Amino acid sequence: MKHKVAVTVNGRKHEHEVEPRLLLVHYLRDVVGLTGTHIGCDTSQCGACTIHVDGKAVKSCTMFAVQADGRSLTTIEGMARGEELHPLQQAFWDEHGLQCGYCTPGFIMAAAYLLEQNPNPTEDEIRRGLEGNLCRCTGYVNIIKSVQSAAKAMGGAQAKSGERAAARS
Amino acid sequence: MAVTTMIGAKIHRREDPRLVSGEGRYVDDFTRPGTLSLALVRSPHAHARIKSIELTAAAKAPGVVAVYTHKDFAKVVSGTMPVTPSFVAEKKQVPPRFPIAEKEVVYQGEPVAVVLAETKYQAADAANLVEVDYEVLPAVMDLDKALEPNSPKAHSGAPDNLGWDLTYIPDDAAVMKEADVVVKERILQQRLAPTAMEPRGVLAEYSRPDGTMTVWLSSQSPHFVRLFLAGALSIPENKIRVISPDVGGGFGSKISPYSEDWLVPAAAKMSGRPVKWIETRTESLQTTTHGRGQVFDIEAGAKKDGTLVFIKVTQYLDAGAYMGTFAAFQACACLLAGGAYNWKHVSARTVGVLTNKVPTDPYRGAGRPEATHLCERTIDLLAEAIKMDPAAVRRKNFITEFPHTSHFGLVYDSGAYGKAMDVAMEIAGYEKLRREQDEGRKKGRYLGIGFSSWIEICGFGPSAGTAPATGGIALVESAQVRVFPTGSVAVYVGTHSHGQGHDTTFPQIVADTLGVPYDMIEMRHGDTAEGPAFGYGTYGSRSLAVGGMAVHKACKKVVDKATKLAAHVFEAAEEDIVFDHGQFYVNGSPDKRKAFGEIAFASYGAGLPEDMEQGLESVAYYDPTNFVWPFGTHIAVVEVDPETGAVDLQRYIAVDDCGNIINPMIVDGQLHGGIAQGIAQALFEEVVYDDDSGQMKTGTLTDYLIPTANEFPTFELGRTITPSPTNELGVKGIGEAGTIASSIAVINAVCDALSPLGIKHVDMPASPDRLWKLIKEAGK
Repeated sequence: MKHKVAVTVNGRKHEHEVEPRLLLVHYLRDVVGLTGTHIGCDTSQCGACTIHVDGKAVKSCTMFAVQADGRSLTTIEGMARGEELHPLQQAFWDEHGLQCGYCTPGFIMAAAYLLEQNPNPTEDEIRRGLEGNLCRCTGYVNIIKSVQSAAKAMGGAQAKSGERAAARS
Repeated sequence: MAVTTMIGAKIHRREDPRLVSGEGRYVDDFTRPGTLSLALVRSPHAHARIKSIELTAAAKAPGVVAVYTHKDFAKVVSGTMPVTPSFVAEKKQVPPRFPIAEKEVVYQGEPVAVVLAETKYQAADAANLVEVDYEVLPAVMDLDKALEPNSPKAHSGAPDNLGWDLTYIPDDAAVMKEADVVVKERILQQRLAPTAMEPRGVLAEYSRPDGTMTVWLSSQSPHFVRLFLAGALSIPENKIRVISPDVGGGFGSKISPYSEDWLVPAAAKMSGRPVKWIETRTESLQTTTHGRGQVFDIEAGAKKDGTLVFIKVTQYLDAGAYMGTFAAFQACACLLAGGAYNWKHVSARTVGVLTNKVPTDPYRGAGRPEATHLCERTIDLLAEAIKMDPAAVRRKNFITEFPHTSHFGLVYDSGAYGKAMDVAMEIAGYEKLRREQDEGRKKGRYLGIGFSSWIEICGFGPSAGTAPATGGIALVESAQVRVFPTGSVAVYVGTHSHGQGHDTTFPQIVADTLGVPYDMIEMRHGDTAEGPAFGYGTYGSRSLAVGGMAVHKACKKVVDKATKLAAHVFEAAEEDIVFDHGQFYVNGSPDKRKAFGEIAFASYGAGLPEDMEQGLESVAYYDPTNFVWPFGTHIAVVEVDPETGAVDLQRYIAVDDCGNIINPMIVDGQLHGGIAQGIAQALFEEVVYDDDSGQMKTGTLTDYLIPTANEFPTFELGRTITPSPTNELGVKGIGEAGTIASSIAVINAVCDALSPLGIKHVDMPASPDRLWKLIKEAGK
């Protein structure tokens, strides 16, 4: 038995009949055709599938598509404005915040929500704020730098380096 | 931008705009009309006999198109999966491996049946309806027990569980007697799951009329997959196209071919429809090859003044249920056991053991992290035994003359080990750290400082050594350079980039060698239908030192031809032509010049010199004369909480030397990620199997602990540059360096922290649980 789901994705309306068990991430990738949202685990650990649901960061493997009915979704494909990259996309590029790129969309979506909640995070707050996302390539060093750089570009003051060490002692 | 300053420049990656925009294209992002989803039925048991397989219910399930088992695949797949000699030419037994089990399963996760259905949900549903009747057999799970004469056998009917037993160099009893102090230790290298963020995946499409097979898969070495597939499916290599598009990390786990690389194309051939399989994370943890999985028995001796005398290493390597394609590569841990030091004697033996676990195969570093770990732990044990500062023992024994021929006949090309250590100690503020440690100890704080002075062999490799190791194919590298009439350039390479940034760094080399603007150079890789006939892939930190050199060589061939043509155009002798910054002129007449692009255009025209063909393109295969030998010193600073056993990694300093650098930003990035993976081994990760049932206890990322951003400090990097004399670019490799170095820097720091308690050895992962028990035991 199929259910109707009507969602707005990156500003465009979509309506489909889907199985009630269809995961939101599969809906976005296989039905809507937006493959920038990735799948890296089966247990909601990796965060590669992070999107925004009504402005909040959500791992899209933790929701059924039918639960998104009537909601507004943003995926990585919806972050740039035309040719102009989102400051976080630009910062990940500038700071070498990605290598294989597979986790990157999830990190950018999680970081965007983090900066919305806290425009001027400390290094520690960034590290804790991105705990729901896994990266295997970067050791997170340049991901942290990317978020700091984006925070600055977006108007928040840059988190000072060394704050983490200071916080510890 | 000046065209001859690209090498060494921090150029931002050209692959990034698509990757940050969600426009990367990984295997699961591709589809073909009519694609079926494939789901595997896998053994839940580590060791069992298959009594029967009941397929009726699965075959009738909604959306199911076909259900196949061994007997179906046996009609289209021939031979067994490849096992190379690697570092052990003669093996005692190599269990034949077909990509799907017939009568016996030998590890949890081994394929037993496959289901093809219209959707992935239907395929997964139907796979659950396949009923397999198993007779469970005893599983071999422990390395030591596996070698006992009365042990169950990993494969029924096998004489024992011995895969290989090779002594590279025997002991020298006379030298061993020269030591004033002798230390012994058993060092565990736990099994690790490589865990690239993108799981494996295969999409295959077969054209019956044309007899062509196209395979998209997540691979570090698409040409090797094509070679092996040709043999297995009896399709000529020229009819198989393997495309490895954007790949979400490899770390060694996507080099060797897998069962699914055979089963998915075979299923496409049998069903007549495109077939796709994407690995789940649980499948990945259970069935993608593991790394490490070794135990080392070490004995070493030194003089009272700190002079190293001998080290004796016995490696027990848990090969798993079958030999991985490069299972015996990890035996290179023996060949590098001496590390960065002069020893009077090094003896080494490797023993490969079959168990009922997933096969082990290369994982980032592959043998070299193990070598560094055992050697650097041994140096600290000896330093403690003779009451010398561990830094001083290292410095006293560093190899200082290059080229240096090791006990195993390997030739270290260049190094300045003491210099890297000086820089690391300066960044760390070593003396101050020791003072802080002393003061801390008075207050009951357990601070530790750990060194790792690492070396590695990489850049695989010279044909004379690598062709026998693979069983025939020399691990050289190929590149093709095409210069178009208007002067833009396309370069095709046989390496594969899955995070390493080759799309950026290789054009940097091309720009300097051809004198062509960087933006006019296009780089392509990962599609066997393009470029040279064969490519060798990316692993063993080889892409720059071998592949980059192939690019350089192909460019030089182009310059040679363009120079001949320029001489003809200028009506001058070839030796009088100067090529500088992309411009040709006759020596002494720099005002009258032709740009590279003008010569390229002329090469497609008329009136060329006699014997010169039109066009400006080249193919080069580069065969290096030696391996390359990066090195460095890392220092970890930790504090251990004696109440909880928790390790706080406070600082991590890394000074590395990989010769000349093409792009410093990318070198630093490779180090960051490598260091994190080694720290992850030291503190967090471990594949755990149940000893009795042989079932994996760490089958999800809830249980297998990939560290998050919150587990690391910001690494402090420094650098020295000692060019490699092995190649014209003076480059070495850096992809694995961080991982090779970092596990033991952390463990040495933890041991140093706990030394006041009399704790001399800590196995990995140094989890709070493990340390708490050690601390409690020490307090008794």
